[in-house]
Amino acid sequence: MSALLKHRLTWPVLALVLLLLLNQLFRADFLSVRVQDGHLYGSLIDILRNGAPTILIALGMTLVIASRGIDLSVGAVAAIAGAISCMYIYSSPDPTSLQTAATGVAIAVVAGLLLGAWNGFLVSVIGIQPIIATLVLMTAGRGLAQLVTDGQIISVSNDSYQAIGAGFFLGLPISILIAAAAFGAAGLLTRRTALGTLIEAVGINPVASRLAGLDARTITWTVYIFSGLCAAVAGLMISSNVTAADANNAGLYIEMDAILAVVIGGTSLAGGRYSLVGTLVGALIIQTLTTTVYTLGIPPEATLVFKALVVIAVCLLQSPRARTLFGRRRPPVPAQPRVEVAA
Amino acid sequence: MSVLTRPSAPLDRSRIGRLQGKARYAPTLATVGLFVAMFAIGAAMYPGFLSGQVFLNLLIDNTFLIVLAVGMTFVILTGGIDLSVGSVVALSMMIAAALLQAGWNPFAVILLVLLTGATFGLAMGLVIQVFEIQPFIVTLAGLFLARGLCYVISVESITVTDPFFTSMAQARIPLVGKLFVSPGVVIALLVVAVAFYLLHQTRFGRTVYAIGGGESSAVLMGLAVPRTKVLVYGISGVCSAIAGILFSFYSLSGYSLAATGLELDAIAAVVVGGTLLTGGYGYVLGSLAGVLVLGIVQTFISYEGTLSSWWTRIVIGALLLAFILLQKLFTRKVRLT
Repeated sequence: MSALLKHRLTWPVLALVLLLLLNQLFRADFLSVRVQDGHLYGSLIDILRNGAPTILIALGMTLVIASRGIDLSVGAVAAIAGAISCMYIYSSPDPTSLQTAATGVAIAVVAGLLLGAWNGFLVSVIGIQPIIATLVLMTAGRGLAQLVTDGQIISVSNDSYQAIGAGFFLGLPISILIAAAAFGAAGLLTRRTALGTLIEAVGINPVASRLAGLDARTITWTVYIFSGLCAAVAGLMISSNVTAADANNAGLYIEMDAILAVVIGGTSLAGGRYSLVGTLVGALIIQTLTTTVYTLGIPPEATLVFKALVVIAVCLLQSPRARTLFGRRRPPVPAQPRVEVAA
Repeated sequence: MSVLTRPSAPLDRSRIGRLQGKARYAPTLATVGLFVAMFAIGAAMYPGFLSGQVFLNLLIDNTFLIVLAVGMTFVILTGGIDLSVGSVVALSMMIAAALLQAGWNPFAVILLVLLTGATFGLAMGLVIQVFEIQPFIVTLAGLFLARGLCYVISVESITVTDPFFTSMAQARIPLVGKLFVSPGVVIALLVVAVAFYLLHQTRFGRTVYAIGGGESSAVLMGLAVPRTKVLVYGISGVCSAIAGILFSFYSLSGYSLAATGLELDAIAAVVVGGTLLTGGYGYVLGSLAGVLVLGIVQTFISYEGTLSSWWTRIVIGALLLAFILLQKLFTRKVRLT
């Protein structure tokens, strides 16, 4: 029991369950999932579907933060990816075909990889602090997205493209299947191989890990490229869900949501340890929080205040000072190895 | 937190090269040089660019950014960052507009807005200092909170019709010839002067530089590090509130989506102005020059006519990158010698 209480994921999961129960109290049909037209419908499915872009971006962000970095540019990258694919589909001779949609998606994904590589280059080769290096793209990125769309909101009507964000496959939303696949792949790659440990090593001490024979530069570069990829796919989901590219508002503040999800999930902002499952729970908490605001009838405008209070509370609980205070009240806990096989 | 986390700040700082002697002024001088060059190019390209009023308009249109950059300079000099400034500007505007609409006395409103800004900044500073959380994440939460409070006050835009505010918006202070400035410019330059005095003539200012140079050394020297670190965020909060009032003078309204992304402009201005993001080096006058460079980019784009407004963001991003690389170059050179 005490081991359960001490587990890193206990509190986030508990918070998620409490949030869901709170919703159930106010809306009796909240937790029910029904089948309609061969698809699953219900608030839970909505939470998953609307949360898919955040989950995906938070996934990339987790690995970046584990390497003691941060990627502020994800919102801008998402906007650029949406803009590029919509612009390609919009201006192609056959804007409704599957092939056009596939090409548009492919171009956007490549763009995301390139933008991620750019961030990785600034951080790992030039050696700029991650906050500042990604701030450059965060500042210029929305300008680039507007450059692509010429300042317009580009609407497209392509069923294949729309399926990414709003379609269903085997009764489940495609967006959540994509997020789940990315999640599974990342979990396997980092936790079933040494990659995750290597990323954590770089996060703990880049110099020491380099001296120990790790190619710290390539690892750092890789996590930023992965983050760029996740952001691009999330951008495709966002733009496909509304079948339009809005360079100004697509993915606005999503970097904040993603960082928040990562922090709630117990990944240390100081780098060196991460939990993919924690991030998933964190992202779900954030999406449920947004839904809760609607369910409780609180004006939606207050969502930001809500989120801010949650960030502050979580950060205070995670802070070294709070832990010492907490530790003093209880008998000292023996140091335990923190190697966990999560995700 | 346990044995695995290391004291990151001191380790990082020891690897940063030190700017010595005259080299300290190099990034700031580069900014001033860039500004003069851009002004000269503008004068050569467009008739009517080379006038005192074009220069003064740079000040008039950017009063709030000047004040924000001043506050941000204090924070960045200590090695911190304040992402909340844009939202606090919007919150100040909303509070001012809502209270004026309710018939409050404008001076009471201004006082209350300043107090709110100071409280907000000090609260963030306290959280950063007492709980040892990274400034970046605390001020991010501040960004959310302030923006959310704006929405809570009103989702709609509120027009300001108060006679004092409108008179401040329309007032022109004539200078020699036909040149004029707005009262906002006087306030902004006053803020710059006060900041200059604080940073270079007081014990507080020296402590700010000392913290940026190396926090543990500053503590060992017996300087009031905790108090100073909290105060810089308070100063940034007050500056955001002043900027909010100046923005109200300029736009005569309060809108919850106003000033989105202004924190990025403020950080860009400070960096372009030659302040090292790692703290310890930089000048408030450099930040003023940084704002002017960002302003002249905007002027260029409006003079050019064919370029769309989003080029501003791209150019600012490019400038930001260029100056970060320049900083890297300067610090590296010094380390090698």
